[in-house]
Amino acid sequence: MPDQILFYLLGGLAVVASVLVIGQRNPIHSVLLLIASFAGLSGLYVLLQAPFVAVIQIIIYAGAIMVLFLFVVMLLNVGREDTDVDEQSPVFVHRVSMRVGALLAGLLVVELVWALASAGTLGGVFGPMSQAPPAVTSVRTIGHALFTDYAFAFEVTSILILVAMVGAVVLARREAK
Amino acid sequence: MSPTLIAQIVILLFVFFMLLNSAAIMVYVERKVAALLQQRFGPYLTGPHGLLQPLADVIKLMFKEELRPKAADAFLFTLAPVISVTAAFAAFAVVPFGASTTFFGLLDHPIPLQVADVNVAVLVIFAITSMGVYGIVLSGWSSNSKYALLGGLRSSAQMISYELSYGMALGAVLLLGNSLSLTELVNGQAGYWFHVIPRWFVFLQPVGFVIFMIAGIAETNRAPFDFPEAEQELVAGYHTEYSSMRFAMFFMAEYINMVTVSAVATDLFLGGWHGPFLPASLGWIWFLVKVGALLFFYVWMRWTLPRYRYDQLMSFGWKVLLPIAALNLLVTAAGVIYFGA
Amino acid sequence: MQGWLSIVLMIALGAAFAVGSVVLSGLFGPRRPTPEKEAPYECGVPPVGDARERMSVKFYLVAMIFLLFDIEVAFLYPWALSLRDLGWTGFVQIVVFMLILLAGYAYVWKKGALDWGKERA
Repeated sequence: MPDQILFYLLGGLAVVASVLVIGQRNPIHSVLLLIASFAGLSGLYVLLQAPFVAVIQIIIYAGAIMVLFLFVVMLLNVGREDTDVDEQSPVFVHRVSMRVGALLAGLLVVELVWALASAGTLGGVFGPMSQAPPAVTSVRTIGHALFTDYAFAFEVTSILILVAMVGAVVLARREAK
Repeated sequence: MSPTLIAQIVILLFVFFMLLNSAAIMVYVERKVAALLQQRFGPYLTGPHGLLQPLADVIKLMFKEELRPKAADAFLFTLAPVISVTAAFAAFAVVPFGASTTFFGLLDHPIPLQVADVNVAVLVIFAITSMGVYGIVLSGWSSNSKYALLGGLRSSAQMISYELSYGMALGAVLLLGNSLSLTELVNGQAGYWFHVIPRWFVFLQPVGFVIFMIAGIAETNRAPFDFPEAEQELVAGYHTEYSSMRFAMFFMAEYINMVTVSAVATDLFLGGWHGPFLPASLGWIWFLVKVGALLFFYVWMRWTLPRYRYDQLMSFGWKVLLPIAALNLLVTAAGVIYFGA
Repeated sequence: MQGWLSIVLMIALGAAFAVGSVVLSGLFGPRRPTPEKEAPYECGVPPVGDARERMSVKFYLVAMIFLLFDIEVAFLYPWALSLRDLGWTGFVQIVVFMLILLAGYAYVWKKGALDWGKERA
């Protein structure tokens, strides 16, 4: 029962913070709220007996990706997000971007409904938690699976990282010529 | 309430107040050691040998006016020091400081001497350390002052650069100790080789220890890596605009972080509470001695070495420390497999 | 579970202490603002322009490269713990992984993204 309460608390934190992210005028505040949302998610992982995922969520998402976001926001110096910028741009662009946005939002809703509906077969979203035996999610087991069953995926990840590295340098250095 | 629960609450409060005290003690020690190295007296008027100086400082700061630039982001300006201090306190929560104890038989079964016993303790420290960046970068940005902004940015770039080497040094210890729990890692260092040399990881991982300490000093923004507050170029860096208790919070976070880095280094490399002559129940004395020695080293460094230049710092971190840390990890891995230790 | 609650308690204690001292000093301290006190410090001269100007793209680069290597470090922990079972296969796997990253590292180095001294960008 306390697990259930904690689940709703942490889930609520994640959802409310995520909603507030898009409601902020100041992008720096959005970044901070996103970190709060990640903290909520991290707590949910702990509840699901996956402490490694919880900690990695903090290290990678909250600790590295959000620092990058913060730097980019500060780099571009987007002080405040003004709505009237959209009205200055051509009406055509305005309409197209609205339509694309609506289309994507619709797709997301469909995907969410499908995921929630099919989740029942995977153990249920609101089903009893902490069912997974701790041994399954221990870091050692993850390592074992990663380097035997998923060894190929692991090695390919390094190529992905390599591409990202090259891409970052190319993007940042384009005007050097 | 079960006795175990009460004991845990007592430990939590004890650690909290010890961290508060350690910040005060470190302020005093820092000033006394600096005075010693510079052949002057240091604080000596407030109380015997100036021992009440930190208390006087706190009271003085408490009654100072809180200044804030008009264009500053009021909320973030206050939030930033709170983040710094909170992260500093939280990181120590998973650090064990003594052997498991029953408190003279008061408890049925022994509990570890630490606030939070989690099985991924090493990663929790790494995660909380990575959160400390926000206190500094937000204070720099929210002040809306050029020096503060530059200091905050520089400092955050420095912290993330050295975090990689820090993480890799941790990885090498994990290989040796084969665990993510700090208590298990410390217990893996019990005993002696040839009855003389303690089985501390520092003897197997000298390179790892040096990398860890260098990265730790850079993470805590201490000299010779104290760029965020390079007085000659940045006034006071990210806390230029801070005064009164908000300023004190940054100061405190710095000292608590030093204590945490020293404590983690003690647990990972110097055998934690294991040492000769004392029974296991008094192991925390050894722990305190080792942490104290590392802290003295920290202070000694600050008053001995000049500050690096920023480009030297960045290229040292990325071009020297990171490759050495990666190589050290691979060599350790090969050794662990070869000797099967 | 209990351990995690203790960490949360420690975070709460730390935050409460920090907020408490800031509030207390706000109560005890005087509050006499003048335009000079509320101006950002700029060595005595009146502040020029806004502090939040666009900054060097290098900070973005360093954050991006940090993120990528951080992912690598995250992979190292499960590897370190399972290495005793994996043996030399695990060792070769991480060496291949690191060699591919080494190519990226060499590229980043060659392009001068790690240089902070000379202004080449």
